Amino acid sequence: MTSVRKEKYGKINRDKVLGFTWDNKEYFGYEGDSLASALLANNIKIVGRSFKYHRPRGVMSCGVEESGALVTIGSGSKADPNVRATTQELYSGLIAKGQNAFPNVNYDFGGINNYLSRFFAAGFYYKTFMGLPPFEWGKGTGIWMIFEKIIRKAAGMGKASREPDPDNYEHANDFCDLLVVGSGPAGIAAAQEAVNKKLDVILIEQDSLLGGNNLSEAEFDASLLQNQLESSGIRVMSRTTAFGVYDNTVVGALERVTDHIPNPNSKLPRQRFWTIRAKHIILASGALERHVAFNNNDIPGVMTVNASRHYLNRYGILTGNNIVITTNNDSVYQTALELQEAGSKVTILDSRKNINLDLPKEIDVHLNTLPFSINGRKKIEGLDVCKATDKNNKNTIICDQVLISGGWSPIVNLVSHRGIKPIWNQENLCFVPGDIKENITVVGSAKGIWNKNDCVKSGLVGANEAMNTLGIHKKEISFPSVGGWLNPIDTLFEVKSNKFPSKSFVDFQHDVTAEDVRLAHREGFISVEHLKRYTTLGMANDQGKMGNIIGLSLMAEQLDKTIPEVGTTVFRPPYTPVPIGALTGRNVGKHFRPLRVTPMHQWNIDHGAKMIEVGLYQRPWYYPKKNETLSDSYIRETTIVRKTVGICDVTSLGKIAIQGPDATELVNRIYTNPFAKLPIGKARYGIMLRDDGMVMDDGTSWRLGENEYFMTTSTAAAAKVMSWLEELLQTRWTDLKVNVTSVSEQWAGTSIAGPKSRDVLNECVLDSNEISNQNLPFMGVLQTKLKDGTPCRVVRISFSGELAYEMYIESDYAHGMMDILWESAKKYDGCLYGLEALGALRVEKGHVTAAELDGRVTIDDAGLGKMASTKKSYIGSAMRKRGVLNADDREMLVGFFPINEKETFNAGTIVCEKNNIQGQGIGRITSVTHSPELGHWIGIGYVNGGLDSWKDVTLVGADPVRNKQMEIKVVSPHMIDPEGKRMYA
Amino acid sequence: MNGALVPIQNCTVDMIRIKCPYCGERDHSEFTYGGDASIKYPALDASESEWTKAIFFRENIRGMQKETWHHTNGCRLWLEVERSTITHEIKSVKACHPQIEKITKHK
Ligand SMILES: [Zn+2]
Repeated sequence: MTSVRKEKYGKINRDKVLGFTWDNKEYFGYEGDSLASALLANNIKIVGRSFKYHRPRGVMSCGVEESGALVTIGSGSKADPNVRATTQELYSGLIAKGQNAFPNVNYDFGGINNYLSRFFAAGFYYKTFMGLPPFEWGKGTGIWMIFEKIIRKAAGMGKASREPDPDNYEHANDFCDLLVVGSGPAGIAAAQEAVNKKLDVILIEQDSLLGGNNLSEAEFDASLLQNQLESSGIRVMSRTTAFGVYDNTVVGALERVTDHIPNPNSKLPRQRFWTIRAKHIILASGALERHVAFNNNDIPGVMTVNASRHYLNRYGILTGNNIVITTNNDSVYQTALELQEAGSKVTILDSRKNINLDLPKEIDVHLNTLPFSINGRKKIEGLDVCKATDKNNKNTIICDQVLISGGWSPIVNLVSHRGIKPIWNQENLCFVPGDIKENITVVGSAKGIWNKNDCVKSGLVGANEAMNTLGIHKKEISFPSVGGWLNPIDTLFEVKSNKFPSKSFVDFQHDVTAEDVRLAHREGFISVEHLKRYTTLGMANDQGKMGNIIGLSLMAEQLDKTIPEVGTTVFRPPYTPVPIGALTGRNVGKHFRPLRVTPMHQWNIDHGAKMIEVGLYQRPWYYPKKNETLSDSYIRETTIVRKTVGICDVTSLGKIAIQGPDATELVNRIYTNPFAKLPIGKARYGIMLRDDGMVMDDGTSWRLGENEYFMTTSTAAAAKVMSWLEELLQTRWTDLKVNVTSVSEQWAGTSIAGPKSRDVLNECVLDSNEISNQNLPFMGVLQTKLKDGTPCRVVRISFSGELAYEMYIESDYAHGMMDILWESAKKYDGCLYGLEALGALRVEKGHVTAAELDGRVTIDDAGLGKMASTKKSYIGSAMRKRGVLNADDREMLVGFFPINEKETFNAGTIVCEKNNIQGQGIGRITSVTHSPELGHWIGIGYVNGGLDSWKDVTLVGADPVRNKQMEIKVVSPHMIDPEGKRMYA
Repeated sequence: MNGALVPIQNCTVDMIRIKCPYCGERDHSEFTYGGDASIKYPALDASESEWTKAIFFRENIRGMQKETWHHTNGCRLWLEVERSTITHEIKSVKACHPQIEKITKHK
């Protein structure tokens, strides 16, 4: 094949020369070129290597169905693999590389696979699971373990960059009355008709130029079209692919904003991910020309017939000198004339015995003739042909290019996305869209209409159908009929080869041959869905756009069925690949998820806190001194809290204001324990259950007044509890006069814990005698003022088991509160403590958090059964009495000690009996810590039957993930000060 | 509930967008799905078997279903939405709370 640029042909701008790099060499093209056309203009024949056999491949099409010219664009972090050279616009400085080849696509060591192809037939990958034939067939997966590494290395076209994507992407939304997909003759007719009737119309075109298949015509002028359409009021989106159609006429579209621009403005997104809500959709997505399977039908120089015409009339490139066109239909004759006129010698092989056409006299037409096998390896040297009626009657035609037309396939993909099965049209040998009940109309060749005038007409009719469904008018409509060729198409999907192994490709990119399809059938894979997965037919980048129908026809032949009986695989979005970056849009880096900080975040950092993420929150983890490690630090902090006093930011707890005459009633119904008689100025710890009787959350509620409560929830369940209260009040208990307001952001909270906490507090409040045991007893609430006059709320509550308080203040005053508290705490040799010490303190006391209240436990399991009132009904009170929830062997909260006090263990450890270390064991350790007070590691968690069942029994903590095992014993979860003397002090 | 397919007429709101009676038409990503809105929850002191029926014995409706949605990232109203589980078409939207419904209906 010698491809050359022709004067006077094409729609490119020859005044603007663009330099680009292909496989490290510099070349030139013109503005308006695709990368594929620029490569062809430079007579570059081999542009890729196939997936399995590393066979040389050239440009095979002119659009998204391309299976040969897949290249990598850009380098470093910008490297973008598997780009179709046929749809990549050329720009100045573009860097492209061939892929799946070493050292390059011209000389590729992987080409040896071509000669080992008998080992790489269909299902090769799966067969390695069973052992490698013939050496250890059926002996199992031993060889798989070795082969996996090699296969993984060899598999995959192109290589993704391992660096972060440097580009921006964004999400956008739009709305319209009518969305037209495709700007060919039918699409433009539909859009114009609709905009004339004052509809708000968006026209989407994946190409940079409008025109669709009109672009393959010499006389078509695309340059002014976009302006014309836009000035008529149509909103045109070119370089935009409608990749999916979703519920209720929503279309997903990908706009390539800067992929065609050298050095784009870095503020521009590379691509834009559109969600377009239309009231009606017209799909004018066109049709794709098919190949035919025959031996060596993949040698560089093989192309679809229409592609060659497109390269001539759009890019001014004559793709061959001496061209053979093979066809089974009428669509190729115009192209043949144009190619001959442009200077090529053209021969046509038509598989049909006789046809009623004015055959061009200047072209050599052989009827009743089939392509049999292409000669050549890296380029076409000739074509063996045979008579359709006598395959032994062969001769060779010398040529440098073979153009193939095996018929046309309407692009029914977008309709399929709606779950509408395409219908086989035997007359035209293609699938056409099925019956659509939604506001979607298919027009043009996407509907199987081949004739251009009929396509235009179908566009007009489609627009009128849209106006019917939108209620703009009521018109009788009738679409032009499907088809439109003078002579019927001939059934030709494959010309069987007498060679073994033959190289008759069905799916070019994945190297699936006709023989692979038959092998799959012999091995029992007879459903199309199984065929697809076993042979990987249609699973490459083009998703079967080129090969699916041939594959189906071969399977139908094997099964002795018709194609509609065999059925087709389901097309799913996206129509063409969508980069993950575009799906993600701006939700990257800091925007990946919001970061929540407490009002004293900066204060914590200024005072040396190392932070940790808890949900979305940043919380102080520990406050290291000098060279302290995490464990040095939290052990010191824990010890100081138990000895003097510590201060900890607890703002992340959920806070809800509950107000109204029925506030008490609400609180009493949602907690298991009684709240009806909670006096003003007192708080109570409470457990909430779900409807099904399992624990939802724990927290406290403080009665601030007759009709007002202040509720705290766990950090993890803050949003859930808020929604839950709203649901109850708005859907179930609509008679209750209560209002709930989330005040989590309004109040900053801190805990002051340790024997000296009362002394510290008294120094901080206005009246230094206010915080006494009598004035503020355990669970007492005080609304008072800091010594600088700022109002605050204090509750005497303890999560650490020590004498302890929590203080809440309006968020804006958080720094001031921390300054005052810390100044005082320092005098008592106090410390700031973080989440790790908080955890250690509560594990020592056996207090539960989200790790224990994981949604699978009952209030009894958690050892809090005494908090379930027997005198009132509450949410979950009936369901917690279900039989299974009260079985004796249910898991119960316990503490764990290692038998050998030097040993450590981790949360997640499975508790097992000594001689039965397997499965889920008899329990689990949920939280662990080193206990400074006890001097060894401790844990809490659950064990079936609880402490009573396993007291003094040596059990095993199994940690298979960390490959660890240790002997443990079960103890009471209240490991320190079980009577709570310190707390009540 | 039988699963007969009844064609839905005059559906102006679609699944992808819910017409909140307080905020107007918003994307469904602002909402959180609740559950079957036709469930009548028993009184708190009702028997275990009544609660079991309400919580675990649910219809898997094919067709129009009344369901609750929470406008979590909006006005925080709980809404009762009539939606087809087959086509996602939405027939009606109203506030669950009867008093709020009265106020928002005329908005
Ligand atoms: Zn709302």
